[in-house]
Amino acid sequence: MDLFIAIFTGTIIAATPLIFAALGELVVEKSGVLNLGIEGMMLVGAAVAVWMHFAGFSMPVAILTATLAGSVASLIFAVLALTFATNQYAAGLALAILGSGISAYIGRGFGGAPIDGLSSISIPVISEIPIIGPLFFQYDPLVYLSYLMFACICWFLYRTKAGLVVRTVGESPESSHAIGFSVIRIRYMTTMFGGAMAGLGGAYLSIAYTPLWVENMTAGKGWIALALVVFATWRPTRIILGAWLFGAMTIFQLHGQALGFALPTEVLSAIPYLATIVVLVIISRNREILKLHFPASLAKPFKPSG
Amino acid sequence: MTPRLELQNISKRYPSVQANDGISLQVMPGEVHAILGENGAGKSTLMKIIYGIVRADEGEIFCNGQPIGVHKPTLSRKLGIEMVHQHFALFESVTVAENIAISFGGKYDIVKLSQQVSEVSERYGLPVNPRSLVHHLSVGERQRVEIVRCLLQNPKVLILDEPTSVLTPQAVSRLFETLRLLAAEGCSILYISHKLYEVKELCDTATVLRDGRVTGTISPKKTSTAEIAQLMVGTDLPQTVKKASKISDEHALVIRNVTTSSEDQFGASLNDISLSVRRGEIVGIAGVSGNGQAELERLISGETTLNDAESIQLFEQPIAHLDAGKRRDLGLAFIPVERLGRGAVPSHRLNENAVLTAYRLNMVENGLLKMNRANRFTEKVIKKFGVKANGLESVASSLSGGNLQKYIVGREIEQNPKFLLVAQPTWGLDVGAAAFVRQTLVNLCNSGTAVLVISEELDELFEICDRLLVLYQGRLSQSFQCNETSLEEIGILMAGATAVGSDNTRTSVHASSD
Amino acid sequence: MRPLIERRTTPSIAITVAAPAAATVLTVVFSFLFFDALGHNPVSTLHAFFVMPLSSLNGISEWLLKASPLILIALGLAIGFRANIWNIGAEGQLILGAVAATSIGLFYPDKESVFLLPLMILAGMLGGMAWAAIPAFLKHKCNTNEILVTLMLTYVATLLLSYLVHGPWRDPFGFNYPQTALLPPAAMFDPLSGPYRVNNSVYITIFAVGVTWFFTKYSFLSYRISVGGAAPTAARYAGYRESTSIWLGLMAGGAMAGIAGMAEVAGPLGQLSPHISPGYGFTAIIVAFIGRLHAVGILLGGLFISLLYIGGDAVQISLGMSSSVTRIFQGALLFFLLAADFLIFYRIRFVKG
Repeated sequence: MDLFIAIFTGTIIAATPLIFAALGELVVEKSGVLNLGIEGMMLVGAAVAVWMHFAGFSMPVAILTATLAGSVASLIFAVLALTFATNQYAAGLALAILGSGISAYIGRGFGGAPIDGLSSISIPVISEIPIIGPLFFQYDPLVYLSYLMFACICWFLYRTKAGLVVRTVGESPESSHAIGFSVIRIRYMTTMFGGAMAGLGGAYLSIAYTPLWVENMTAGKGWIALALVVFATWRPTRIILGAWLFGAMTIFQLHGQALGFALPTEVLSAIPYLATIVVLVIISRNREILKLHFPASLAKPFKPSG
Repeated sequence: MTPRLELQNISKRYPSVQANDGISLQVMPGEVHAILGENGAGKSTLMKIIYGIVRADEGEIFCNGQPIGVHKPTLSRKLGIEMVHQHFALFESVTVAENIAISFGGKYDIVKLSQQVSEVSERYGLPVNPRSLVHHLSVGERQRVEIVRCLLQNPKVLILDEPTSVLTPQAVSRLFETLRLLAAEGCSILYISHKLYEVKELCDTATVLRDGRVTGTISPKKTSTAEIAQLMVGTDLPQTVKKASKISDEHALVIRNVTTSSEDQFGASLNDISLSVRRGEIVGIAGVSGNGQAELERLISGETTLNDAESIQLFEQPIAHLDAGKRRDLGLAFIPVERLGRGAVPSHRLNENAVLTAYRLNMVENGLLKMNRANRFTEKVIKKFGVKANGLESVASSLSGGNLQKYIVGREIEQNPKFLLVAQPTWGLDVGAAAFVRQTLVNLCNSGTAVLVISEELDELFEICDRLLVLYQGRLSQSFQCNETSLEEIGILMAGATAVGSDNTRTSVHASSD
Repeated sequence: MRPLIERRTTPSIAITVAAPAAATVLTVVFSFLFFDALGHNPVSTLHAFFVMPLSSLNGISEWLLKASPLILIALGLAIGFRANIWNIGAEGQLILGAVAATSIGLFYPDKESVFLLPLMILAGMLGGMAWAAIPAFLKHKCNTNEILVTLMLTYVATLLLSYLVHGPWRDPFGFNYPQTALLPPAAMFDPLSGPYRVNNSVYITIFAVGVTWFFTKYSFLSYRISVGGAAPTAARYAGYRESTSIWLGLMAGGAMAGIAGMAEVAGPLGQLSPHISPGYGFTAIIVAFIGRLHAVGILLGGLFISLLYIGGDAVQISLGMSSSVTRIFQGALLFFLLAADFLIFYRIRFVKG
């Protein structure tokens, strides 16, 4: 039972950074923008959070700053892809590379130095319930925040006019422009929101998950978040499911040997990456499903005329 | 009385063309005012200026006597100016009500809005279901959504940009009824069209444009057709010369009982299609787009392939399994509707775009490009087909739609195809160019090529075709000799009536609404 | 007066040349401010960055040694990028090329054979191609996004390399270091001259520049895949197969990255270890873009970025600057180059109103 609880809670925790980053990217992609630079933004968020912590700020301030930093980092992409209408793939890669450089620079003074991570909050009474308590009510606040964000994004996209506008901009920027919406401004906002979420995801890694900063510590999580959006076929609920799946893979990798799988560590470490490929293959085979919720203008540069 | 809308000296210049040049006009309340002109005369630009999508370089707009300063679509809507776009600005992935809600100010309340949609659509005879997803709707239904959206705003001025180009004749008369009702209620209507007879039927006043200038403001009901045409075109209307057809017995294209399910789940699927085109014959496929036209094009061009090779034959060779390139090797050529991105690579130069399909004319040797040959070919096409371009190195996306169409038509025809598939051959062309393209098709056919034309323009099909079939909801009607049928008969079939009969005799025709 | 942005009808040649120049100027301006902000004298930093490394023969040797793989990989990637095939896993393909070549170098029975080196080149190429064939196959058959697959496979390749050098291929006489035995001399490229590290493999790169230039300029095959990249619907209309673009685009990148990996082990490294590449596969993406996917541009871009690497190392030693500075610098350069692209396709005109 204890092992089950450990695996379950481990999965939830490992899924959290992915949920932040992938939900953010979902909103970005819904508006027709493909930002490949999640990895870079997460790294910036992760480095900034630890930096703020070492600078003596409280956890909430560190987290908030990291979130803003992710958002600011996304501007690198936004200026290129939105203002200058460059190829979004190239602009996203530039951000991924630049973000890795910037984060390494920020973190050069405290690489590898462990910190006191974000402590979990035990909700009174209900966290005492056997099994249910440890399973659901003994996480750090950011875990709960990730599900709150999930609910907010669902509501925003499908129940508000602003969300409707985001979706229509993603389908046809030309028509949205014709109606009178400022496509570029809307896309700036979604891109910056995506950056903030990636920054938050990065911060989660460095102050809650591993609590320390190491260069390139995301180890591909930004890219997996990107894959999750495809996996989810642009639907928020499936992002949660996908994140759990990958969280479970990560935990399996950590506990694989304890569970009695006599495999080399490298093989276990490769599991999340291989799983990503397998899942992508399964999802991509069915073009119909992909098309259903696919933002039709994804990754196509838009420049209003006139 | 103050005009509802007044333009003074509107000018707009684009890099390669003066779209509007000192245009002035007045529209009174309750007036149906036509903006008449050829494609490329500057009508659409003018409407975009009025609506505020495009800003004029010079000139002023007055609404109820008040000058409009910095113009934007949002301001238009505040002033009660509404526009039904030629290419509907509807979003496929959301519902009708959401589509309407998006351009509404105020509180976002889908339930209440759905109710209003139903009310308005009932009152003006425009049936739409507010809860349907737009990609399930036919083109006619989409237009109704656009109009309902405008009507919900209680417009003072309603702009309609080429509203009938996608409608069946029956749907057109229903639209006219709605518009007359609106005008009677005091709404001014700006009706943009290049179709003379429609303007004569519907409009009180017409401002005629040519090359961006006003050539006359007339009362269409009192002015003769020839006179108006003169104002529009500047010269007399050219006529297509069709020689007596020398149709051979040799079958160029034969399709036998092909049924496909659409790749696109919102597209149409083809149902038991059989068709044959002989050498020296022009066959037309009439019908409103969205009834399987795109699927039929791809099926014939080779952009979709089938496993059963025998089901399509080109000059008695099975080709259904062959891709577009292999079919072209056998003498097929194809002029698609989408010029930019399909018929031509937008970012490539004209000479590079020549290679796209015409590389078979010795432009490739041992796997290497011979650009000097492509250049010569391109120059020939530009000259022969009167393509207005900044030389053979101009980028395809820099050409106007009409000029690019002429270029693609030229490129395909200069390959001397044995079978030519053309979709909407004159869409977006001015009268002169359209006549030229029609004549080119007729000449090509007279030289022995088999031609299949897929078009929405019935007049055009009657002008050049030997035989006609109607495509409706993925099914082909029987074939009609052009000189034995009428516009009305084909129009009824386009609107969804059925002509039953496997032995090519018509047994019953009954009309149903689309 | 207000600015109006419009598309150019024909991109002018002058602008095409001026845009990268403008980007370089912007980068220099940026670096001035950047270094100044970090408390370094910008002039002496830039001098240490760009001039010092090239003032000795050894410096030039190191410069070319780093430029060679960057250029080689970027050439292969550019062919894919032209076809709209986004292979960003060249790093993994490089690793597989190195692994495959090393397997020949270590286990080929005749350690002195003259065929050893050519076989290793072939093996490196095939290794890289095999790794790139996975995303190609998946994209062709299952429509799977190649960006994600190539990237995931890079992580897998790194783990595979780590497994090999920690496990089965570890040098038994290597004091337990995670590395293979040294390759025999016949499995190594000869130095270009004297005591310097740059070796004969640069000829492969020079050859590849020529071939790629010719291929992209004159071949119909390259034309076809570039149509597929620029307008997939037009390619389908003309009957060009998408699968050609997918396979060629990925195989070119895989082959060149594989050879680059082979040249690393058969050149400066002499053996496999967990870290055989300082991110060549990723930096080559920048090189490809800086070179505007054009062979000659890539040659210049590779030399420039390599200088940035060398310069970065130099300032690290002479001024104690962090290696991350180099990366920020590279990123800024890419940023300005991409932004300058805008001027090629759009013009800004001022109108009344």
